[in-house]
Amino acid sequence: MQKKLLTKTLIIVAVLLVFLYGIFGIPKSFNGEGVKQAVLSNIHLGLDLRGGVHLILQVMVNDAVNAETDHAIETLKEEFAKAKITFTDISKPDAENHPERIVVKGVPIDAASQVRSIASDKLREYETVGGPDNTWVIAMKPTAVTDLKTHTVEQSIEAIRTRVDTLGVSEPVIQQNGLGNNQILVQLPGIDDTGRVKGIIQSTARLELRQGFDGQGGYASEQEALGAHPGGLPPGTVLMHGISGPGDVSDRVFLVGRIPVVGGTDIRDARPSTDSQGRPDVSFNLTTAAGQKFGAFTSTHNETGTDPNHYLAVVLDNKVREFANIKGEIRDTGDIEGGFTDQSAKDLSMLLRSGALPASLHYLTERSVGPSLGADSIKAGVQAATAGLIAVLIFMLIYYRGAGINANVALIFNLVILLGFMGYTSSVLTLPGIAGVILTVGMGVDSNVLIFERIREELRNGKAPAAAVDQGFDRAWTTILDTHVTTIVSAIILFFVGSGPVRGFAVTLTFGLLANLFTAVFVSKVIFDAILSRKQRGEALSI
Amino acid sequence: MEFFRNTNIDFLGKKWYFLSFSLIFSVAGILSMLFWHGVPLGVDFRGGTLVYLKFADKPNDAKIRAALDRAGLHSAKIQTYGDPSANELVVALDEKDTSEADLSRGKDQIISALEENPPQGKQDLNNSDRVGFATVRDALVTRDPLRAAPAEYDRLAHAVADTIKQRGVLRSIDDLKGAVPAEAIVALKDAFYTSDFGVRGADIVGPQVGDQLKTQAKLAVGFSLLGMLVYLWFRFELIYGVAAVVAVFHDTLITVGAFSLTNKEISLTVIAAILTLIGYSMNDTIVVFDRIRENVKLMRREGLAEIVNRSINQTLSRTILTSGLTFLTVLSLYLFGGEVLRGFSFALVIGIIIGTYSSIAVAAPMLVAYQDWRSKRSGAVPVPAPTGKNNKVRVKA
Repeated sequence: MQKKLLTKTLIIVAVLLVFLYGIFGIPKSFNGEGVKQAVLSNIHLGLDLRGGVHLILQVMVNDAVNAETDHAIETLKEEFAKAKITFTDISKPDAENHPERIVVKGVPIDAASQVRSIASDKLREYETVGGPDNTWVIAMKPTAVTDLKTHTVEQSIEAIRTRVDTLGVSEPVIQQNGLGNNQILVQLPGIDDTGRVKGIIQSTARLELRQGFDGQGGYASEQEALGAHPGGLPPGTVLMHGISGPGDVSDRVFLVGRIPVVGGTDIRDARPSTDSQGRPDVSFNLTTAAGQKFGAFTSTHNETGTDPNHYLAVVLDNKVREFANIKGEIRDTGDIEGGFTDQSAKDLSMLLRSGALPASLHYLTERSVGPSLGADSIKAGVQAATAGLIAVLIFMLIYYRGAGINANVALIFNLVILLGFMGYTSSVLTLPGIAGVILTVGMGVDSNVLIFERIREELRNGKAPAAAVDQGFDRAWTTILDTHVTTIVSAIILFFVGSGPVRGFAVTLTFGLLANLFTAVFVSKVIFDAILSRKQRGEALSI
Repeated sequence: MEFFRNTNIDFLGKKWYFLSFSLIFSVAGILSMLFWHGVPLGVDFRGGTLVYLKFADKPNDAKIRAALDRAGLHSAKIQTYGDPSANELVVALDEKDTSEADLSRGKDQIISALEENPPQGKQDLNNSDRVGFATVRDALVTRDPLRAAPAEYDRLAHAVADTIKQRGVLRSIDDLKGAVPAEAIVALKDAFYTSDFGVRGADIVGPQVGDQLKTQAKLAVGFSLLGMLVYLWFRFELIYGVAAVVAVFHDTLITVGAFSLTNKEISLTVIAAILTLIGYSMNDTIVVFDRIRENVKLMRREGLAEIVNRSINQTLSRTILTSGLTFLTVLSLYLFGGEVLRGFSFALVIGIIIGTYSSIAVAAPMLVAYQDWRSKRSGAVPVPAPTGKNNKVRVKA
């Protein structure tokens, strides 16, 4: 009996030490500040407690599908030209809702087999269906669309991570948001200038160099541009808004090539530098292949050549940043000038280096907690929790006397295990989490009350202390098990269905209740046994 | 010390009082949800913009109201937040003024509306949303007041940011004296000014996420009730599970009704509280049911009504103690836990009272009513003794 008790005591001490380590680790120093630092490095506080930014972004995955099908349209046009197949139109009739569908119209009937073989050779991820009136529908396979969307979200997460890393945020959370389709959750503790962060994350940083048409000044409005081309815009061109260069503030409209000469993935390097007048700008280098392509383009389209449209539009995120005359051949370097500050030049070069986002992003939720707001709430929450806990501890001592010590030791052990567990699993303690802790305390007290009331009942029925304790624990155990399992079942469901604060609550509650099964039943029983083993037969139990 | 010993209250005899009490509160809540305040949803669920502001001096509501009106923000609601001496306000905008296309527009409009007559070319140092560490450092590096290396300005910019964080809002740039040298303050005054408020935080939720969360909250409540029902069915009998779930649903209804009657907003943390109260009330009900299960075996000659009464009385001491202590903790949370936890603890304060009440007044009488109904129908008197498997688990200690 004594030996068994000793083993159990050793188990309890070992468990306690393990979880104490989970909370404190090995503090560097044992004064107040050292211990506080040690705790904070193990127990991670949520954004609501330490301040920071919480963002939910929607990845516009259709952008990526559209880019893919745009590319496919170009391929089709090239291949049709090679095979001398005529057509009246290749387009996407509903790019917004069905970006995966390309419709080819007016293909001669006798070219059907050729169309089929081109589509199956060059566009393997597509399904081709012939329709009436020589119309062909070429659409991406549903599996390919799903894959592309998943990949786009993953790529976006990677790009955001690279960008956030340069901000020097510690412990950022960047992950798929479980709640909706193609959403990303970003949590940045300790960040306070939300505006800049949002700009950096959202900027697609898609840099393109396009051919410019119609002279240097552009047009004052879209109407004016359309008026200059009464027969419709020349093939292969689009209108874009923007400015003609540094110092230009008015929004103008330019006619530029639909397909960029050089696209976002062709940038090899970018860095902040200064222009000829010492103003901040951004220089970039192109990859070798893109450099050759750009060299070939600029050698034929410059002011010494025959093409009147010898202009270059530097387009950033679908806005013209510069519209310049091409003086001669440019190989693989260039500058973006205009309206930069030191910081914005640095930010843009970082964005260009980190690679373009594969799709644009929309913000769905933005929460920011100033550090002082967080500090106030942690203070209030902890104070209230402590006050409640102390009141409960005092009450248990008065009401159950000797056994009250059992209950209080069990309660404190419960909290140690709960916090230690959170330290080991790097769970985040949020404000609802603190509430979960308080609830754990409530249920811990309940377990003790259930057991003690049962023991009292057995004592009243005339049982000896040792038998009453055994019976009390035995009878109450069924109830405790049922109540705990029911609550844990619902907490686990909450964890899977819920998100954000609800999840934090579910985690602390589950840990807390598991710990309570150990402390309120096992630890408390061992303490009772230890007390009983020292008592004379027939001596009363303090309860 | 002991409060209750051998009580013998006829709880089931009071079932008509209980029924009318429950009905009055449920119906009042339902009526309020249908015809009066509706279900007041927080910004988490309906979407919208909340901006938390701290003012240097006592904010003048009328002046703020007028400034917001001039900016066209007629739907804006202004509320004091927390302790009035902290000079904090929340400005809330409707979901109409919050669109996913430009999520932070409402917030920006509020800030610009309140930053009256900003000096030309200067930025508001109190507005950490726009002015952060990087902006302060850049301003110092360009002006170079100390003829020092950039690393020194990094340090100073951190000192500035920390001071602002600590204070929440600066009354003037001179407040930074002591944190940075006088030359730096001159340079900062050249680049910045201070408005009379700072943004301490913001919650902006687009309508899409709000809808998702609404669905999610309903699913969470629904599934956790279902999970509990299945577990109780397995451990007791189906009717026990049904009675417990009905009791818990009754608690949820009355609590949500209380939010509707008092027109308090239901946020995501309030949902966490409602789930807590579901767990708590279930806990309470199971304790009584467990005793009934035990007594059904011990008191084979007694009728179910007698057994239920006895079981409630036997567990009454525990019920009052636990509820009392939990109520104490939750009450301390409600009184001292600060503004952020106010809704959460309100739900629990109501929930614990109703949850304790419902185990005695709703769940247990339902068992008896079900048995009466069954015996009337069949003529026999079957006692729904729980046949649950494993209902005797021995403690290993």
